Amino acid sequence: MANSGAEKLKLYSYWRSSCAHRVRIALALKGLEYEYIPVNLIKGDQFDPVYRFDLQDFKKINPMGTVPSLVDGDVVINDSFAIIMYLDEKYPEPPLLPRDLHKRAVNFQAMSIVLSGIQPHQNLAVIRYIEEKINAEEKTAWVNNAITKGFTALEKLLVNCAGKHATGDEIYLADLFLAPQIHGAINRFQINMEPYPTLAKCYESYNELPAFQNALPEKQPDAPSTI
Amino acid sequence: MAKLKLYSYWRSSCAHRVRIALTLKGLDYEYIPVNLLKGDQSDPDFTKINPMGTVPALVDGDVVINDSFAIIMYLDDKYPEPPLLPSDLHKRAINYQATSIVMSGIQPHQNMALFRYLEEKINAKEKTAWITNAITKGFTALENLLVSCAGKYATGDEVYMADLFLAPQIHAAFNRFQINMELYPTLAKFHESYNKLPAFQNAVPENQPDTPSTI
Repeated sequence: MANSGAEKLKLYSYWRSSCAHRVRIALALKGLEYEYIPVNLIKGDQFDPVYRFDLQDFKKINPMGTVPSLVDGDVVINDSFAIIMYLDEKYPEPPLLPRDLHKRAVNFQAMSIVLSGIQPHQNLAVIRYIEEKINAEEKTAWVNNAITKGFTALEKLLVNCAGKHATGDEIYLADLFLAPQIHGAINRFQINMEPYPTLAKCYESYNELPAFQNALPEKQPDAPSTI
Repeated sequence: MAKLKLYSYWRSSCAHRVRIALTLKGLDYEYIPVNLLKGDQSDPDFTKINPMGTVPALVDGDVVINDSFAIIMYLDDKYPEPPLLPSDLHKRAINYQATSIVMSGIQPHQNMALFRYLEEKINAKEKTAWITNAITKGFTALENLLVSCAGKYATGDEVYMADLFLAPQIHAAFNRFQINMELYPTLAKFHESYNKLPAFQNAVPENQPDTPSTI
């Protein structure tokens, strides 16, 4: 293990969070051992004992109440992108960014399309708001629109530089953001992937990689047994 | 060497970030305005160079990069002085967190496409409430993140990446969205600091070649 000497990393996570999913892939790729601490993001009548924290308790660690959150000794980092860059800088092998400047830029662009173009329009707070203020049909239309625009942009960005994976034959930052986004699009939002052959092919390529498979929502300690 | 080209819109907070970076690095560039209100971004001449049809876009010879964050990282990689990220890992992480809060937590909820959608589907009041809510949540998170590590600027006494993302966001909060900045004293203090730096002043929306004369 890359960090067997030091105090164990802690990851506050929720099985279905695509942001936590990205970090789980990074930790697995880097061979980093960590303690998985589930946080219940959905308030229910029953407090399921699998959750160590409910939302109010978790806010004492992270006042914004967002997952994922990484604790590395004294250092607490919230936000999947910041966590992944921190991990890549502290544990450089294998590198999550290529050396070529243009290819690095493509990875940052792909990351940004997911981080700021798609995911903010499909998170819990937003979809609840739209459903409440308008209706469920508009909510679905809104999410579909965000995903369609984002996937169209990603397809254009990656079509000429994809290899086995998003930006070549090695796994890089873009793949860590694509995998959870595409997984969510297919499994939660029933998006038809036919208009996005490059993305669909990338997604298939992740099926063969243990680091990606182990990070899937369905495989997490807090995934409901009904899945 | 071919001059850098920046496709920009005076009021785009994303373009504003890149304008600060270019000036800090002392980089000469050609400013090419794209009028987002008129729909210039759909113009075939623009989409030929930049299939995404978004602003800002940077052209560096054969290389075209969209997205303010990707452009800023590219500039920082290619022209390392002055560095836009500190060398301490934890401080770097704070810069990335601040960047992400702005990039994914606030700005997506105030862009033109969303404005129009909310106003059309609900009404103008809800649109304003939604944006105010996004800014409030984001500024609260930023205040919380930065209160203990701020110096003259967001993460100390040097300008770093967080400042490039904060400056346009705070500028818009004051000038466009009438946000009460008394609730965010740390952020308000930064705004004062940025007002004293030429690289930041030259980049403000009001000082661009395509700024309407009525401003």
